[in-house]
Amino acid sequence: MNFPLIVQYGLSGITVGSIYAIVAVGFNIIYSTTGIINFAQGEFLIIGAMMAISLYQVVPLWLAIALAVIVTTILGGLMEVVFIRPVRNASVLRLIVITIGLSILIREAMLHIWDEQPRYLPYFTGTESSTIAVFGAYISLQVLWVLGVSAVIVAGLTVFFRFTLLGRAMRACADDRMAACLCGINDRWMVTLSFMLSAGIGALAGCVISPVTLTQYDMGAPLAIKGFTVAILGGLGNSMAAVVAGLLLGLLEAFVVSQFAAAYKEAVAIVVLLLVLVFRPTGLFVRREIGALRAA
Amino acid sequence: MMRLRRYWPVAAGALALIALQAALSLTGATYYMTQITMSAYYALVVIGLCLLMGYAGQASLGHAGFFAIGGYTVAYMTTVNLLAYRDTGLVRALHSLGLVVQWRNLYGAEVLSFSPWPAFIAALVLTGLIAFLIGMPVIRLKGHYLAMATLGFGLIVYRVVLGTRSLGQADGLSNVPPFPLIPGLEVNGRAPFRIQNYYIAWVMVLVAMVLAINLVNSRVGRALRSIHQSEEAAHSLGVNTYRYKLAVFVLSALFAAVGGALMTHYNGSIGPSEATVMKSVRYVAIVAIGGMANLWGALLMAILLNFLSLRGVFGTFDDAVFGAILILIMLFAPQGLLAWKKGTFYFFARRLPDKARESEKSRMSPFSRGRPHG
Repeated sequence: MNFPLIVQYGLSGITVGSIYAIVAVGFNIIYSTTGIINFAQGEFLIIGAMMAISLYQVVPLWLAIALAVIVTTILGGLMEVVFIRPVRNASVLRLIVITIGLSILIREAMLHIWDEQPRYLPYFTGTESSTIAVFGAYISLQVLWVLGVSAVIVAGLTVFFRFTLLGRAMRACADDRMAACLCGINDRWMVTLSFMLSAGIGALAGCVISPVTLTQYDMGAPLAIKGFTVAILGGLGNSMAAVVAGLLLGLLEAFVVSQFAAAYKEAVAIVVLLLVLVFRPTGLFVRREIGALRAA
Repeated sequence: MMRLRRYWPVAAGALALIALQAALSLTGATYYMTQITMSAYYALVVIGLCLLMGYAGQASLGHAGFFAIGGYTVAYMTTVNLLAYRDTGLVRALHSLGLVVQWRNLYGAEVLSFSPWPAFIAALVLTGLIAFLIGMPVIRLKGHYLAMATLGFGLIVYRVVLGTRSLGQADGLSNVPPFPLIPGLEVNGRAPFRIQNYYIAWVMVLVAMVLAINLVNSRVGRALRSIHQSEEAAHSLGVNTYRYKLAVFVLSALFAAVGGALMTHYNGSIGPSEATVMKSVRYVAIVAIGGMANLWGALLMAILLNFLSLRGVFGTFDDAVFGAILILIMLFAPQGLLAWKKGTFYFFARRLPDKARESEKSRMSPFSRGRPHG
């Protein structure tokens, strides 16, 4: 394999990897406030993209995406209020099964609304054939959009969680629900907010990736599995590590595709998931103090 | 006396089945038996999963994988054509042992392949082995880690059958011959064999039920329930929790493999749709609606829901129905539909001494433990 080819595969790996990372961050946001793994996380991406595609028929692209993100955010909040909040004291497993049921219902609803055809948004800038050359490899302009938007999402979330009152309140809730409540933080609202936030970033990620990978009603589940693999690889709840893990998985997949039959690509993530679950369930990059906090 | 009381539902069930067969035969509606027979094979998976989830408290989202491994193994072994290797020593040895048989398929071509019995036994051995190897690391995991790991296993099985040429890829394997269990009794989907197969399937289900009931009421069953209630407490009392959980995992996989293998002979084919995650989720939904630790509830729901689904009652909302069931049950009746109205269907509930019953009921479901999240 020559150098431009390596760059080419590397770039495609980083592109899908950054989307996996966003899915993983979505998992982490909900996990850290509720302890739930939201199996419907992948569906947020698809429903966001599908809505943007439909809205794009009537409004400009940027507005279609903005509206789709807003509506998905509201849907995420509604999902929590209607299905999770009434049983929030139930066992974690029961809540997870509810999210599995929700993911099936959302998927089937999308099948009935948007049928089984793959759909797509147009390229944000240029056309599908406009590329720029990097070290002899050609990358589509949309890839830059994917990388840029992912970086903005991660940076935005970091600022939100570090420097805003609301973000700090959410982190406080994740850390110690009881103590946060005693400080006057409305913990129920924080849980709703975590669902809205991860639905919103999911929808945005679904929109930017749509021109490249196309969007089909049943693509949510594989994305969720890969996002979960990445979240586990980075250590559940650790969003920065999830970004690194996402890029790692994306690169690994890209190079497996370059060497083996494409059919094995789907299995890579699952094998990684099983290996990590068995040998290092705390993730690759877990920091000692976090591990200690979790154990306590 | 106590011992016999456990089994009266088995006898009642057998009588009900004979009555149903008589009614269907008299009204000439024997075509319903095809779906009832298939539902019975799916019910075998559900009974195994009920032991694993309801009694040992371990969720699995990968049981369609075991069903598919069982089905695909018999399908492959009974249809693979060894005619080209007829003169090799190995095939000749197999032939003289009666393990391979020459037959003519639907297109009239000569096929030399394994006979159904060795294929069936190989399917069980293979499934047991895979379940053991997967279970060894995976069963140590808890909660959503276990759910995701078993889901991952199911996805790998699906990907493998979908991507492997010799397993027919998206088309699956067809032309699977009937399975003569004993002379005069064969698993065969053709119309003249309908009533015979109805009884074959139901005998399998009732045998599985008796096995499961015995297991649940044995020392092993008590150990499993103790694991479910508190793994730490069970461990400290000297229950080898890991070994018990692994054993039930393998056992439930074997139940699924028997269902898959017999169903494949019955249908004459198997396709990748049997290995999908949605199928696994469906089994979980059925165990949940049946009441988790309620074998009879799970069996009843398995027959009812699979029958309706196979008859096409749910139409294009087939998967959505099972998704909705999962949500509604988890929201409103985590003890299962049959335990919802206490007393109404109470005779289906597992029999326990009266004192234990109340406290037991509130603890049995893995979904009922009041643990705040966060």
